Amino acid sequence: MIAAEGLTIRAGRRRLLCGVTLQLLPGEVLAVVGPNGAGKSTLLRALSGELRPDAGAVMFEGQDLASWSPAALARRRAVVSQHVALAFPMVAAEVVALGRLPWHGTPAAAQDEAAVAEALSAAGVLRLAGQPHGTLSGGERQRVQVARALAQLHGAPGPAALLLDEPTASLDVKHGAALLALLRRLARQGLAVLVVLHDLNEAAFVADRVAVLADSRLVMFGTPQEVLRPALLGDVYGIPFRATGGVLAPAFAG
Amino acid sequence: MDVSASVALATPRPRRGVALLPLGLALLAAAMLAGVLLGPARVTASGLFAALLDALGLAELPVEHARDAAVLGVVRAPRVLLGALIGSGLGAAGAAMQGLFRNPLADPGLIGVSAGAALAAVAAIVFGGSLFGATAGLVGLWMLPLAAFAGGLGATLLMARLGTVGGVTSVATLLLAGVAVNALAGALTGLLIFMADDRQVRDITFWTLGSLAGARWAQVPVVLLLVGIPSLMLCALARPFNALLLGEAEAFHLGTRVESVKRFAIVLAAIAVAAGVAFTGLIGFVGLVVPHLVRLGFGSDHRLVLPGAALLGGALLVLADLLARSLAAPAELPVGVVTALLGAPFFLWLLRRRAAGGAG
Repeated sequence: MIAAEGLTIRAGRRRLLCGVTLQLLPGEVLAVVGPNGAGKSTLLRALSGELRPDAGAVMFEGQDLASWSPAALARRRAVVSQHVALAFPMVAAEVVALGRLPWHGTPAAAQDEAAVAEALSAAGVLRLAGQPHGTLSGGERQRVQVARALAQLHGAPGPAALLLDEPTASLDVKHGAALLALLRRLARQGLAVLVVLHDLNEAAFVADRVAVLADSRLVMFGTPQEVLRPALLGDVYGIPFRATGGVLAPAFAG
Repeated sequence: MDVSASVALATPRPRRGVALLPLGLALLAAAMLAGVLLGPARVTASGLFAALLDALGLAELPVEHARDAAVLGVVRAPRVLLGALIGSGLGAAGAAMQGLFRNPLADPGLIGVSAGAALAAVAAIVFGGSLFGATAGLVGLWMLPLAAFAGGLGATLLMARLGTVGGVTSVATLLLAGVAVNALAGALTGLLIFMADDRQVRDITFWTLGSLAGARWAQVPVVLLLVGIPSLMLCALARPFNALLLGEAEAFHLGTRVESVKRFAIVLAAIAVAAGVAFTGLIGFVGLVVPHLVRLGFGSDHRLVLPGAALLGGALLVLADLLARSLAAPAELPVGVVTALLGAPFFLWLLRRRAAGGAG
């Protein structure tokens, strides 16, 4: 679906990502974890096509990402950013309907209304549809963005990818778990899901495979069982870890 | 749960949107009719009808309507047409700049077009007389508009150049470059005013306050081409502007070629505004206020905001011009004074409303 090969991104002389090689497959949830500043968001932006590689390559469906037209790419991959602020007021349903923009002028535009309705319902924000976006809580806005992304991928002509940057950061436990369950469900339907997460237990819960970034490099890439081990995490985060009853937690002194 | 009913309930906008175009067209038509019929010299509807028949070659002009026909044909008609076109350009350009900068306080002045046009116009007023002799026929008539148009467009292109690094136009850099370019043009304009004589200072003052009094038929095709067409093209960018409502990165994720849209919109807005102010002088507040009026009534969808702002901008400028030439008849107020007198209080109200928590 999406494959990075020796992906390197620089900002000036600083290297934000260095030689990252990984693949995102249809039907899987790939969680990206790592300390602050490790390059997680940069990786997501590079895989979405927003940043061009300074070295290495990103392939989307076997073709160089840069050779995809923005519109054709937008019909196959959607991105949920961390924070979205509207320039001018809209209601939630209008925001979700923006997801149909890449389909303008295609036959699938006839399904716009159905796509928006389905996405609102799948993301659990149907009852917010008529609310002004400005009055929604952070968590509600996040779910509206997930709905917008689902509307965008509705009717994709081939395997599609959904990239999310810390979607659970502003959600409470219940809505966070609901969102992760939704991601699992979407993956089971064939979607390729890449999700940047802070919480390692969330990663263990949702992911088929986990990529651990540290200091701009990919240090581990495998199943949660292979990757989420206290010894490795201790190296990556610089503090000791221990597994307590199946939950990974930093082992604070005392 | 009835999904489609809830969504239909949630999006009342399309239904309201359908009404926007006929409503805007009717408003513009009514404003233009009022602009043609009303004013210090009263013209009757039958006079208008007779003049129209005469202009179309359908009937001889009756003697009693000769004066009406002269007032309409020579003075009012080009003036109202120019007002409608230039107002539309200001409205559409204002909506486009607010969408592009994602900022409700943006207006076309932000991209340097007004300051650049003013600098060039003032230079033409101060130096033009000595170069070509006072209003020497065709050259005198077109020199000022040409200078203002070139100055406005030039300042914007300079700004866009300064705001672009490595092929990426940064909106934040653009804003700051605009502040600098505006300040520089203002300072140079001040220097020229310092060098000007009393008559030139008076000309300069009236130019910066705006007026449609110089409207002539010969200007109509130029404005139709340079204001009308860019305004229509801006309306065609409604979908990319809608994507930009979410942010620039999000617009790219939604398939928008963000950099080309930015450059295209800036150039189109600069052409439309520069060509307008070239013939009228500076007219403030139309580009700032009109898009907000449309958003208040019809929401933020640019498929409605852009054409709505064009229609309402045209209607507003025609009405402001009607007031400008009627209020102090037989003298004329500068139309920029009227638009600012109407626009500023409304804008303050808008600011207060936003401060009270209307932002989204």
